[in-house]
Amino acid sequence: MATMKALICRECGKEYPTKAIHVCEMCFGPLEVKYSYEEIKKSISRKKIQDGPYSIWRYADLLPVEGPNFLGPHAGMTPLVRAKNLGAYLGLDELYIKNDTVNHPTLSFKDRVVAVAITRARELGFETIACASTGNLANSVAAHAAAAGMRAYVFIPGDLEAAKVLGNLIYKPNVVEVEGNYDDVNRLCSEIAGEHGWAFVNINIRPYYAEGSKTLAFETVEQLGWRTPDQAVIPMASGSLLTKIWKGLHEMKYVGLIDEVKTRINGAQAEGCSPISTAFKAGRDFFKPVKPKTIAKSLAIGNPADGYYALKATAESKGSMDMVTDDEVVEGIKLLAQTEGIFAETAGGVTIGVLQKLVKNGTIKKGDLTVAYITGNGLKTQEAVIDAVGRPVRIQPSLVAFEKTFKMGKNGGGDS
Amino acid sequence: MIKVRIPTPLRPLTKGQGEVETKAASVLDMIEALNTAHPGIKDRLCDDTGELRRFVNIYVNEEDIRFLKGKETSLKDGDEVSIVPAIAGGTSCRM
Repeated sequence: MATMKALICRECGKEYPTKAIHVCEMCFGPLEVKYSYEEIKKSISRKKIQDGPYSIWRYADLLPVEGPNFLGPHAGMTPLVRAKNLGAYLGLDELYIKNDTVNHPTLSFKDRVVAVAITRARELGFETIACASTGNLANSVAAHAAAAGMRAYVFIPGDLEAAKVLGNLIYKPNVVEVEGNYDDVNRLCSEIAGEHGWAFVNINIRPYYAEGSKTLAFETVEQLGWRTPDQAVIPMASGSLLTKIWKGLHEMKYVGLIDEVKTRINGAQAEGCSPISTAFKAGRDFFKPVKPKTIAKSLAIGNPADGYYALKATAESKGSMDMVTDDEVVEGIKLLAQTEGIFAETAGGVTIGVLQKLVKNGTIKKGDLTVAYITGNGLKTQEAVIDAVGRPVRIQPSLVAFEKTFKMGKNGGGDS
Repeated sequence: MIKVRIPTPLRPLTKGQGEVETKAASVLDMIEALNTAHPGIKDRLCDDTGELRRFVNIYVNEEDIRFLKGKETSLKDGDEVSIVPAIAGGTSCRM
């Protein structure tokens, strides 16, 4: 689309061409995409979107790519599930789950941002794509690179869940396991990005990449029948997802797709890595970096780059933030699975745990139309719940054995 | 001597060098020393009040100085310092 005008420094306003750069050379502020909203306003409409492809690309007018050759053509348009059982359990009349556990092709919301990033990287002429990742991003970069025929380097911390490591190797990118945590990986990659002419999706391509998260807001609004939720509960790692959902909602209003944004944005973290939530609760607009220690590894960013903006967006929306223990994360995963049949990864447990807290303390009220964002698939983080789900009931292959076993069980069996 | 790794946005000030050497007893000291050798670098790293800008990360031997003593973190011969821009995406509703 010809709607991208420039990159602009978020801090000092200096403008740059729409190339692979992410930092203002004057003040180190982050660069973001500046659009020609006047032009977008003229061409965008609900009908045009609804007639578009059944993917994030139906919102291409508001994404930072030139088009029309979109890579990652099936990302997005995941189900918005009316969660009646979980709602009843929590005491909410209208609860929805935005279910990115089934995003295409790698089962997390990262398929949205990577589709945008790799499309833009290709447009800018790159042949090698790379990322620093807590796992899901690496999986998505590896898969998209395979499909696009690009070379890939993915950098991951040394302690990732087995499924997330395998979920890279199968696509045969160069998988670099860094001895350290995500913040170490991130720092290393920032330095590598300065030396090699690669498209690092979450470094030099970040201004484009991060915009992909807005599609979670766009889809939610469309799927709710062109209205915004009253409350959104969003997991935070770097804080980027939360800020972009907030931005996406406002863009829809700005280009005339909806009349008002009445959403309160709520951020969720795990106690073992909660620099943003901790700052919010202390009433600070800056955060202190931490050394992460939580099972929610996909959220384990101790030095969250967008923490400052996440605090700002949450405050602007009059929302809230909270954090939950690792035990509550596991309970949250089980609760969502056992009420709605959706198996989320640890980040989803964080979201559900915080949702539960916010309902209990009255921040989210019974009648609030609430959307909880579930961003990754539980099959990738089995280690987190393996000791908390019991074992199958084992029997001999005979009817007698079955009858005998289940006469003993009270609920038709299987509980252990 | 202290080895300092310079990020791309600052390299125009170091004649393109990605790594420079300097003498300094603390991070604060190092910034002054860099500024003497490469005028203008301090303004890029620090705001008007002399505090490090929000999106500047400094690491001494791979450790974030915010886990050490911030700008007061002391340096000794052979230390390696990295200056790394935070990679925020940022967002504004400034349309």
